[in-house]
Amino acid sequence: MNIHEYQGKELLKKWGVKVQEGYVAETPEEAKQVAQKLHEETGTSWYVVKAQIHAGGRGKGKVQETGSNGVVLAKSLDEVPEKAKGILGGTLVTIQTGAEGKKVNKVLIAQDVYYPGEHKPKEYYLSILLDRAKSRNVIMASTEGGMDIEEVAEHTPEKIIKEWIDPAIGLRPFQASKVAFKLGLEGKAQKEMVKFITSLYNAYINSDASQFEINPVLKTSDEQILAVDAKVNIDDNALYRHKDLAEMRDVSEEDPLEVEAGESGLNYVKLDGNVGCMVNGAGLAMATMDIIKLSGGEPANFLDVGGGANAQTVEAGFRIILKDPNVKAILINIFGGIVRCDRVANGVVEAYKKIGDIRVPIIVRLQGTNAEEGARIIDESGLKVKSAVVLKDAADRVKEALQGA
Amino acid sequence: MSVLVNKNSKVIVQGFTGSEGTFHAGQMIEYGTNVVGGVTPGKGGQTHLDKPVFNSVAEAVETTGADVSIIFVPPAFAADAIMEAADAGIKVIIAITEGIPVKDMMIAKEYLKGKEVRLVGPNCPGVITPGEAKVGIMPGFVFKSGRVGIVSKSGTLTYEAADQIVKAGLGISTAIGIGGDPIIGTPTKDAVELLMNDPETDAIVMIGEIGGNYEAVAARWIKENGNKKPVIGFIAGQTAPPGRRMGHAGAIIGGAEDTAAAKMKIMRENGITVVESPAEIGAATAKALKEAGLVA
Repeated sequence: MNIHEYQGKELLKKWGVKVQEGYVAETPEEAKQVAQKLHEETGTSWYVVKAQIHAGGRGKGKVQETGSNGVVLAKSLDEVPEKAKGILGGTLVTIQTGAEGKKVNKVLIAQDVYYPGEHKPKEYYLSILLDRAKSRNVIMASTEGGMDIEEVAEHTPEKIIKEWIDPAIGLRPFQASKVAFKLGLEGKAQKEMVKFITSLYNAYINSDASQFEINPVLKTSDEQILAVDAKVNIDDNALYRHKDLAEMRDVSEEDPLEVEAGESGLNYVKLDGNVGCMVNGAGLAMATMDIIKLSGGEPANFLDVGGGANAQTVEAGFRIILKDPNVKAILINIFGGIVRCDRVANGVVEAYKKIGDIRVPIIVRLQGTNAEEGARIIDESGLKVKSAVVLKDAADRVKEALQGA
Repeated sequence: MSVLVNKNSKVIVQGFTGSEGTFHAGQMIEYGTNVVGGVTPGKGGQTHLDKPVFNSVAEAVETTGADVSIIFVPPAFAADAIMEAADAGIKVIIAITEGIPVKDMMIAKEYLKGKEVRLVGPNCPGVITPGEAKVGIMPGFVFKSGRVGIVSKSGTLTYEAADQIVKAGLGISTAIGIGGDPIIGTPTKDAVELLMNDPETDAIVMIGEIGGNYEAVAARWIKENGNKKPVIGFIAGQTAPPGRRMGHAGAIIGGAEDTAAAKMKIMRENGITVVESPAEIGAATAKALKEAGLVA
């Protein structure tokens, strides 16, 4: 589960990580009020107005309606509401949002941390994530703060510092110290970075995070180390033991069809193609998407109905797939193991009749327990549904359906 | 011989009396698997499905001599159940449970290091040696006995592959469902190695999906090991977009090496017969065996 930058920073602060301070606002007026508060608390007289969406690249991204960037600087209190107005309610398009962009409902008003002083401020990169190959968490750090880490990894891999953490022992002080020295820090800044890394790891492990990306981490002119941004991802499987984090979920950031599917116990991911599919099992669902592509179509979705494919789940699946106007055909692919194909077939017929107005061709491929009987039920139903037993036949039926469309 | 489980395996069921455990233990017993009992803390001394229930795995092992355990314990307690089984001296632990937090699995995997135990899963359909033992949730009738080994991250796709192989006139030595989570006990390469060393396996079907590097590691090992047996591969998710989780917690494209195309390329470069369509797995396996002179 992704959370917003402002929520991520709250989480970090709770574990003692120093962050660029700020308050979230939903209206230009509120933006000014919180800016005033921020001025009183931190003494800042410049304010950074940051769009809160679940996507990166906000600084260079553009709000379609106003032309404003997703992150802008207000150099006085009076400028704050005006700058916030240019972002709030608008559609922000960044390299990560796709062309349709994301609606901005909140802005974070943050203190200016790039103030001049004894030292020149410098940006770094820090992240913690699971290294699947080693089954361990790894801290990744780089002096190339503010840059896209994939690019750094590709062009200057030697600039990426990695430190793996033993899950039984946890992060040891020497490891944090080593990373801080490798980043070229010394004196107070090095010690501050050790504290930063240590608290960051504590925050990560204690919140069951699956990814933290702090880019940039800033060394300020007075040698403090601060998180200027926070991309935080929490392990969905662990949310049951973090009620406070689970409450941070913002469904307005998710595809409404995906939210609806989730409520019906279906695992659905919306895609851009023209052939919908409904499958039991994640692997077979992905394989079915591939079959659609090989048959000349493009998958409109990923949909795993799970172990219990019955009339209710099939109906819920149909309704969700049919809400996508791009869908020209639907392929149902069920391998009946424990679940019997005749029951699934009856479920399909029942759901079809209940929904009534289905205008796209449907191909039902049932294999496994009672597959022949399932196919017979489909064929004798009198509905415009084609049956298949072998996967290859299903692919051919999809091809025919697309050619007929 | 086969691998991991056979007719001599003494199997206990952790989470025996729960609804999943009850249903699948019943199916396993019906299949002929030698289920010697189960574990549900607090219900020790009772009898369930005509088998004894124990409070702990240690007690179950002591009384029954069990060497294989299958886990249906709910996600919040499953990692602990894995460690308990290892501590009690179980040799093969098969974890079916889906949804175990990554942090818990990381600790469980660390705990198993250096112990003489193999964990398969979690989030997997289990392991079946047709005609001998089914330690999993797969439909037993799909798997006919034979000489093709299957290694797969996915449940229903394993059934699909087995069905095609059987319909091509072949059969299965052992099918290993390794699981779709980011941290699993037996990665692809380890499962392939078991089958490569099994004298009763002539060919291996290796089914992967997007995310992680397990298939690439396995492919390189297969070549380094001299491509001793034909390997037929398929990777699900050629059409999956990057950055989106496709059902399985581990099925997400995070980098260039995670894609189906990248994996398929590495597999081909290492002498594996890769099929583009999941509908071709059976035919490709039959062809590979024929070319190797292993079937008429």
